[in-house]
Amino acid sequence: MHMADPLLSPAVGCTMWAASAGTIAYCSAKVRREPDERKVPLMGVLGAFLFAAQMINFSIPATGSSGHLGGGLLLAVLLGPTAAYLTIASVLVVQALFFADGGLLALGCNMFNMGFIPAFIVYPLIYKKIAGNNPTRMRLTLAIMVSAIVGLQLGPFGVVLETLFSGISALPFSTFALLMQPIHLAIGVVEGLVTVAVVSFVQKARPEIIRGARAARPIGNRPVRSVVLAFLVVALFTGGFVSLFASKNPDGLEWAIARATGKEELPAPADGIHTALAAVQEKLAFMPDYTFRKSADAEDVKKRLGGEKDAGLGTSVAGIIGGMMALAIAFLSGLILKKRPGRTD
Amino acid sequence: MGTIEGTFLDFKDLDRLATGDTAIHGLDPRAKVLVTVVFIVSVVSFGRYELTALLPFFIFPAVIMALGNLPVFYIVKKVAVVIPFALVVGMLNPIFDRQVYVHVGTLDIPGGWISFVSIVVRAVLTAGAALILVGVTGFPAICMALEKMGMPQAFAIQLLFLYRYIFVLTEEGSRVSRARELRSFGNRGKGMQSYGSLLGHLLLRTWQRAERIHMAMLARGFTGAFHARHLYRFGRREVVFLLGWSTLFIFMRLHNASQLLGSLATGILR
Amino acid sequence: MSHHIVEVAGLQHVYSDGTAALRGVSFRILHGESVALVGANGAGKSTLLLHLNGYLSPTSGFVRVGDFPLTRETVTEVRRTVGMIFQDPDDQLFMPTVYDDVAFGPLNLGFPPDEVEQRVMKALATVGIEHLQDKPPYRLSGGEKRRAAIASVISMSPAILVMDEPTTGLDPLARRQLITLMREFRHTKIIATHDLDMVFDVCERTIVMHDGAVMADGPTREIFNDDRLLSECRLERPLSMQGCAVCRKRRQEI
Repeated sequence: MHMADPLLSPAVGCTMWAASAGTIAYCSAKVRREPDERKVPLMGVLGAFLFAAQMINFSIPATGSSGHLGGGLLLAVLLGPTAAYLTIASVLVVQALFFADGGLLALGCNMFNMGFIPAFIVYPLIYKKIAGNNPTRMRLTLAIMVSAIVGLQLGPFGVVLETLFSGISALPFSTFALLMQPIHLAIGVVEGLVTVAVVSFVQKARPEIIRGARAARPIGNRPVRSVVLAFLVVALFTGGFVSLFASKNPDGLEWAIARATGKEELPAPADGIHTALAAVQEKLAFMPDYTFRKSADAEDVKKRLGGEKDAGLGTSVAGIIGGMMALAIAFLSGLILKKRPGRTD
Repeated sequence: MGTIEGTFLDFKDLDRLATGDTAIHGLDPRAKVLVTVVFIVSVVSFGRYELTALLPFFIFPAVIMALGNLPVFYIVKKVAVVIPFALVVGMLNPIFDRQVYVHVGTLDIPGGWISFVSIVVRAVLTAGAALILVGVTGFPAICMALEKMGMPQAFAIQLLFLYRYIFVLTEEGSRVSRARELRSFGNRGKGMQSYGSLLGHLLLRTWQRAERIHMAMLARGFTGAFHARHLYRFGRREVVFLLGWSTLFIFMRLHNASQLLGSLATGILR
Repeated sequence: MSHHIVEVAGLQHVYSDGTAALRGVSFRILHGESVALVGANGAGKSTLLLHLNGYLSPTSGFVRVGDFPLTRETVTEVRRTVGMIFQDPDDQLFMPTVYDDVAFGPLNLGFPPDEVEQRVMKALATVGIEHLQDKPPYRLSGGEKRRAAIASVISMSPAILVMDEPTTGLDPLARRQLITLMREFRHTKIIATHDLDMVFDVCERTIVMHDGAVMADGPTREIFNDDRLLSECRLERPLSMQGCAVCRKRRQEI
């Protein structure tokens, strides 16, 4: 459930980036003051463990597909929230750089969905509340299962929301949500089961690990609440600030609505699903008067719909020719520059 | 994400590429990181119906790959991994966005297709830029550059440790995974039970390793602080590199270079 | 100024789960000696070593290094004197490059950058890996990693070198190179190992441990001639002392 660059608008992307970066700064400062310097190698090595673990699969019975550990919750249980967040964030950075998992713009979103949510929302508000101190096997299992399922509903929902606010994908909110949430219910159950298996294993072999992790982090409500609050403040502030300068792209939602209300230029949709979905969407009306941008954009949209050749957007023939030329130039430059008396590495 | 062995090799390969000694490799990593950031921001900030304006941006990866002696096919292969996902995501656009956006000759192209291709092109450009950055700079240098530019040290240390031990852990992980593979048949033996146990063991060994590393750190006088070594210098070459590329990107962002080139060409031809 | 560099007296250590790892270990090691610590797995060698730089605290008994009894206050000073090299070099090479690892110790000790540079280059030269200084550790061979780990410790100029299984996993050439290197060190050396042939080459004195206690402590040659002692402690003579392999086989077949 990585959020992907293609779905993300710069405004939303930057907002989440700012918020995630702020959280990293906060957690870094906190970890720095941590008296137990064992955390330093531990975070690094557990991050590497998570990375490796995500590449080993297990087969899910009765479905023929395979799955792997997500790990956010596991890290939170083992390391506590601040260290877990940093670890997860670091793994995401490596994945984004080396494997384009999600992408660099979406990194902020991913850190939030897969780091902040498990560490600062699910762990303190659900896991700790259920597990308490020194939980029995039954309690521990319950705590982990509930946390995993909830975490893997909130995370993907974050993706849905981020997509919605970005307005780049034309996919309607309700469709997306209906796609994401049920699938992730199953994934959440699986994640819970696997996490339970690993935690129980560790609990049996070296109980002091689980015990130590809990004791070292007396999560009073205060630190968590302040983190969440600070995060929200930064997000809102940045979001507002950035959206002022954001390019005025028609919002996906608006598109659907504009379409559904029937413009003359519109060809009638070949399939009825289209209008049906649009109608459903209107009915569900998540935020009926939601406009990320003003309705002046609707005017903008209308103008474009007129099919005018807008030279500034490079849609004219000259633009296309020029585009091909640009590619050719790029290719040739690469070729020419390579032919230099080579330094071999 | 591919097999664990494959990933291990990928890391080693990309890491090795970063040890090249071309002029690009020799630049201060901060310059390279900054240029990449400007690149990505420029590309990402385009409106969704921009396509031809994006194409000139390919000059950057092409030039850097050439100057940095990066194997083009290898990079292209790795970037290509991004495409299927972009396709799936963007595929919806032509379905939902049917409004004709542009006429090319006698062809009516709906906006959905334009935004679709735009999505794919953007994904390729940004993923490519990131990979190339790693290829000419190396991950540790990137981390140190980021730290010098304001990233908190604790996070930089975390990234460095993570990177360093990914090599160790992926190797261990692949050994353990192979051992399981050799004793399972079909899907038997690869269920959740064995997975949980396998991970549990790996986790414990990892934990013990962390303790030993800590021991080694203490044995060499570690008291919590890391001391950085100041290697690189941001000199004239870096300034030229940074300003040159940034100016180009900003220019290409604000003016459709394809349009300009095309007008030039058709103007000449006429 | 005491010539007893390392003194251990009545050392006992009991783990939190009740196992007695050390049951009253005592010995004195003098300046410049090369002492081997041999014994079966589980005999307590590693546990003993971890007491020598204060990572573990004894349940009773004491450790004295140089003029300092080992206490919480003197631990930092002791770690400056006692350089410890662990079994797995991957655990000790955690910085981005070899240079960084070798510089880690001196930087922590607070030396200024020029002095650090000097120490690092000297240490690298001693083990012969100057050409590897900018390499990340995961790109080194086993032997190179070992040498880098050693360099990372000797850059702190310890008086005493403690090594845990230094020759494990090395190919014959790398092992031979390491043995040569160890013979050249003027430090006091305490080496825990299973490699009895290396002991024969490097250490003039051997301490035999069994079940957490010292069974024998004397000149290496004498110890290795005592077959009864060796077999009691799950050891045997070094291969180089076992006579011609071919003749031995023939004798066994008869």
